[in-house]
Amino acid sequence: MSGEEDATVREPLDLIRLSLDERIYVKLRSDRELRGKLHAFDQHLNMILGDVEEVITTVEIDDETYEEIVRTTKRNIQFLFVRGDGVILVSPPLRAP
Amino acid sequence: MLFFSYFKDLVGQEVTVELKNDLAIRGTLHSVDQYLNIKLENTRVVDQDKFPHMLSVRNCFIRGSVVRYVQLPPDGVDVDLLHDAARREARGG
Repeated sequence: MSGEEDATVREPLDLIRLSLDERIYVKLRSDRELRGKLHAFDQHLNMILGDVEEVITTVEIDDETYEEIVRTTKRNIQFLFVRGDGVILVSPPLRAP
Repeated sequence: MLFFSYFKDLVGQEVTVELKNDLAIRGTLHSVDQYLNIKLENTRVVDQDKFPHMLSVRNCFIRGSVVRYVQLPPDGVDVDLLHDAARREARGG
């Protein structure tokens, strides 16, 4: 096989390692969120995700009523590299998959 | 090192690099370095009407730090190899 791998969870990156080949939720800067299958990651939190859905959230404020209009834009990408410096948090999906 | 190796294996394939300023550039991956700086050839901007800045640019060097995403060919590399490499990586600090 691929040799000895430590299964003990010692540091936060080990927690992410548990999610390899599973679907995860990623919160990014600029009000973006990703849901996809985690294929690879490194200590910078650079990641490769598969079958990704990206959600971009924008808030418009009406000039007169000052009402907040929240909009979301969605996009699907099959295979995506994400640079780690944009990542805020990584988690299992927030809703039942 | 993991993603540096991954991108080296991907040289010659078509990718779309999305920058942090929302500009998306499609081109052939020519080379990459340890900082994940990227050189693309045969480039064209994805939304040419919105970003006319680079209409005549066909080759470019992109600083790694300005990249937000790289859209990859789905059959680019063996996914199982990636999983194994990631399991071994991200340790020690």
